Order: sequence, then structure tokens, then C-alpha cells
Amino acid sequence: MTTTTAGPRAGATPPTARRRPPRPQRVVLHVFLAAVAVGWLFPILWAVLTSLRSYEYTATNGYVSLGGWTLDNYVTAWRTAEFGRHLLNSAYITVPAVLLTLLLASCVAFVIARFSWRTNIVLLGLFTAANLLPQQALLIPLFRLFTQVPLPAFMSDSELLYDSYWGLILVNVAFQCGFCVFVLSNYMKALPRDLYEAAMVDGASVWRQYWQVTMPLCRPALAALATLEVTWIYNEFFWATVLMRTGDKFPVTSSLNNLRGEFFTDNNLVSAGSVLVAIPTLVIFFLLQKQFVRGLTLGASKG
Amino acid sequence: MSDLPLIQADRAVPSPAATTTAPRGRGRRLRLLSRTDRVVVTLMVLVPLLLVVGLVWLPAVATVALSGTDWDGIGPLGDIEWVGGRNYTDVVQNYPPFGPAVQNNLLWLAALFAVATPFGMFLAVLLDKELRATRFYQTALYLPVVLSLALIGFVWQLLYSRDQGLVNAVLGTDVDWYGDPDVNIWAVLLAAGWRHVGYIMLLYLAGLKGVDPSLREASAVDGASESRTFFSVIFPVLRPINIIVLVVTVIESLRAFDLVWVVNKGRNGLELLSALVTQNVVGEASRIGFGSALATIMLVVSLVFITVYLVTVMREGRR
Repeated sequence: MTTTTAGPRAGATPPTARRRPPRPQRVVLHVFLAAVAVGWLFPILWAVLTSLRSYEYTATNGYVSLGGWTLDNYVTAWRTAEFGRHLLNSAYITVPAVLLTLLLASCVAFVIARFSWRTNIVLLGLFTAANLLPQQALLIPLFRLFTQVPLPAFMSDSELLYDSYWGLILVNVAFQCGFCVFVLSNYMKALPRDLYEAAMVDGASVWRQYWQVTMPLCRPALAALATLEVTWIYNEFFWATVLMRTGDKFPVTSSLNNLRGEFFTDNNLVSAGSVLVAIPTLVIFFLLQKQFVRGLTLGASKG
Repeated sequence: MSDLPLIQADRAVPSPAATTTAPRGRGRRLRLLSRTDRVVVTLMVLVPLLLVVGLVWLPAVATVALSGTDWDGIGPLGDIEWVGGRNYTDVVQNYPPFGPAVQNNLLWLAALFAVATPFGMFLAVLLDKELRATRFYQTALYLPVVLSLALIGFVWQLLYSRDQGLVNAVLGTDVDWYGDPDVNIWAVLLAAGWRHVGYIMLLYLAGLKGVDPSLREASAVDGASESRTFFSVIFPVLRPINIIVLVVTVIESLRAFDLVWVVNKGRNGLELLSALVTQNVVGEASRIGFGSALATIMLVVSLVFITVYLVTVMREGRR
């Protein structure tokens, strides 16, 4: 597993290239890429810009103007839309779901990578394909199932899997497991086999081989997957929209749709709300960019 | 690959779940895995498998089964009547949004496939060169990939809104970009493409980094131009990535949902199969059999491409 994501490719540029003055071709390339990059950032920058201006000012002067700077939109958006509560809901769903996904997926991946059973390929196919099915196509039976399965009142005030965090955690785990099984099993297959030989000589049980030999070596892959899965489950919109009912319990991404009514006529509030929702993913992106990119590319190229 | 003796012995033995193993195979495995180990291995596979089968595969099968019935979702399961292919004829003949939805899904696919994907690939090729500030360019391009499509719908509303949007302010037009059924699909596609380009760029960039540099050098020695080198040397080598990108694009177009749902719940010019299924289940009219027929159509199309994907990646995995 040696997927390099950034950094110079050895020997691609001869050292003499630096001393030459920039060729016109290069200048054109830079101008083009810079224009595209700025164009790509623009919608996000525009949202940030709009969120920092007062509605009165932009209503009078139009949006193609400068001025009316304020942070009031954030205060109002935070208060009216109860972002604190919804962000917390997202955490209740995302944190357990990511941990459970990684635990279950690594177990399956370990068995697939450690043993050479013929059924492994079927197992891998079942998990990987599950991750790619269109969720909406499974909605009907799942919706019925969730409205039939009772939960004790202390687990959910809905007393059903429907409209509970438990239900959302389970459905997210079921869908995300496939991707992680695929990535982790490839990663584990690349580990040297002598490790297990040594472990077996020491009389280590299968569980110890998994937990104390394989898992510590998979830290890079687990970190990349955790980053990716946090982003994906935090961003998950569909299941929370259809399997939740109580407005207060929606995670933040799905609660966006309810804001629509409240912020109807005020784009500055909409933009402040959007920025607030984006902040956790943007923080992850800038802090853990490497992990994020590696997670995505691990899934695509076997490295 | 150097196999341990254990692995070779195990190869003759099917998974622990299949209990009807020949006694000889069983005996061999018994010696190699202790009883506890066997229980542990079984649990390690069984628990995740139950979850995935129970929440993904059984619902998929149930969807197909329900598509042949007239269940309204309220009566007891015993009242379900088999209606054969009637739901499918209803979908095709008596359901006005179906035509536009298929059209929009295909349009979605075409736009991502013919515009966003090649553009992402083009950018990856440019960024693969040794460039100053390449990190800045890359970061800007894949920043939208971390945002949810639901959020992207809101971010672009700031540009598209009729009275407060930037597009109308700059162009001096008075178009409701999200609301007008003649233009809204294009407006939404632009936003979806904005995100897709970054994703594709990332995948190809990773693929290009993995290409053996000597291929390029050999091609340069032969005097091939840069574009020639790409199309006749590099592109064919990237075949696995190409197939993965193709499948990702198809699946993304089929699963497209969040963006149109936050705009107008997939009506009035923004019909998509996924939105129609959802409308038929959670909406006022809960037409289970009918919705399942729509869902089955989605399932079948996606399974074709998922199979292509699995065959590709598994073949890669064996190399």
C-alpha cells in the first residue's frame, strides 16, 4: 500500500529546469489553474462573505456592494435554528457509528485477509456491493422495519427504531461497512504473513492476532478511514431525513431542510447557517487533509 | 505470496459458516484452530454480516418482492395480493413524473460523464506536473468534496436566488434558477458537477502518481508529444481507475438525491428516480407496491454497474 497523494515524483524534473526563466507555456498553465481554483472557491467564499453582512445593508445596496459588516447573522442563526442542539445530535450519531463501522469492518477484513477461504470473495463482494446500492431503493422495507421494531423507552422516546439515534447509527454502519471492509482487507493483505507465523509460535489466539498484531499495523488506514467516515456520516442526509420525525432530534445536515422555512426570505441568514454546518467538515479537511485524501484514494486504487 | 502451512491447509476448507464440511476438512481445521478461535472467527464475520444482510440485502430482496404486489402499507401482510407486472406498466404508462425522472437521471449521468469527469481528469493531468502552488490548486478543487450535497444546495442558492442571488444581480436577469422548470435542472447540475470535478481529479491524480515514470520517459524518447503520450500510453495504463471512475459516476447519478430534495423535494423540473421513490413512501400517498417497482428499476441498473466494479477491483486485487 504505497499510494502517494502529494509530493514530488522522484526524477520527474531535471534539476536544470529551475534555472531557466519560466516558459510562456508554464505561465499560461498557472494562469489557467489559478483562475479555475479561484472559480472553484468562489461559491464558498461568497457564502462566507454574505454571512458577514447585514440583511438591511444588502437589501438596500444589493449584494454586489461592500459594507454592512456584522456577525449578527451567526448569532441569530445559531439561536433560531438551535445549531448547538443539532450539532450535538450529529455527534451522537457520527461518533458511535464511525467507531462501530471501523470495529466491525476490521473484523471482517481481518478474516478475509488472514485466511484463504473460498467464501472470502463472496463475503468481500457482499460487503462492497452493499456500500454502492442506491439507498432510496431500500427505503420501503427499511422504513416498514424501523416502524415495527420496538425499543425500550430509555433508549428512545419514540419507543421504535424509527425516529431514534440507534436506528440511524445502525443504518449508517450497515452502509459504510462495505467501503471499510474493502479498503482494510486490501491493506491487511499487504502486511507480511510472517507476523502471524511468529504470533502463532507464541501461541497467540486469533483474537490476539487481530487486536495486537494486525490492528496496530493498520493505524494509517484506520486514521484515513476514520477521517473519511466522520465526514460522510456527518454529511449523511437521506436516512436522517426519512427515518427521523422529531425536529429536535435531527442531525445538523438534515436539519438544514427545516431551516429553509425559518430563514425563508433572508439569504444572509441562510449563508451563516451554511457556514456553521460546514465548519466541522472544513476543520477536518484542513487539519486532516492528508488522511482524507488518502482514504478516498485507498478505496479507488489499491496502491 | 508465501503461504503459511496453516493457510494452505485452510484453503481446502470452506468458511466456518458452512457447517456441512467434509469430515476430512473439518478434522484438518480442528487441529489448526482451537475451539475458541473458531467461535471468535465465526462471530467476527457473523455479527457484521447479519447487520449488512439484515439492513441492506434483505430490504433489497423485499423491494423486488413488494414490487409485484398491491400493498398499501397499512393492511396486514396477509392481505397482500400479487399483481404481477402491473406496477411496472403503471410506472411506465400512468405516472407522468416517470418520463422526466428517467430523462433527468440520464441527463445527470451525461453531464457528469461528458463534462465533469473529463474536466476533472484534465485538471489531474495538469496538476500532475511539477508545479509551484500545486497544493493550493488541489485544495481549492477538492474542497467541495468535503461538503454534503445538501449543504451545496444551500450554498448555491446564494448565487441562484431570484431576488437576492448573485447571478441575477450580475447578469441583470430575473430568473428563478432553482424554481423555473426549464432551467433548474441545469442549475442543479452545475452545482453537482462542481463537486464531482474535485472528486474525479483526486482519483486520477492518485492514479497518475502510480504510473511508472519510465513509461513517460520511453515515450518522450520516442518523440511522442505530451497529449499523444497521455492518450496512447498513460490513459490505457489507467484502465482500472477509468472503470472505477465510470462506475462512481454512474452510481452517483443514480443515487443523486440530496441536492434536489433540499431544493424542492424533486418536483417541478427536478424529478429524479430516487426522489420519486421517496415521495411514494414518506409522502401522503403511501403506494408501497408502486414505489417498490420504481426502486427495483434503480436496483437493477445499479447492480449491473456494481458487478462491473467488483469484477474490476477483485481482478486488480489478485495481481
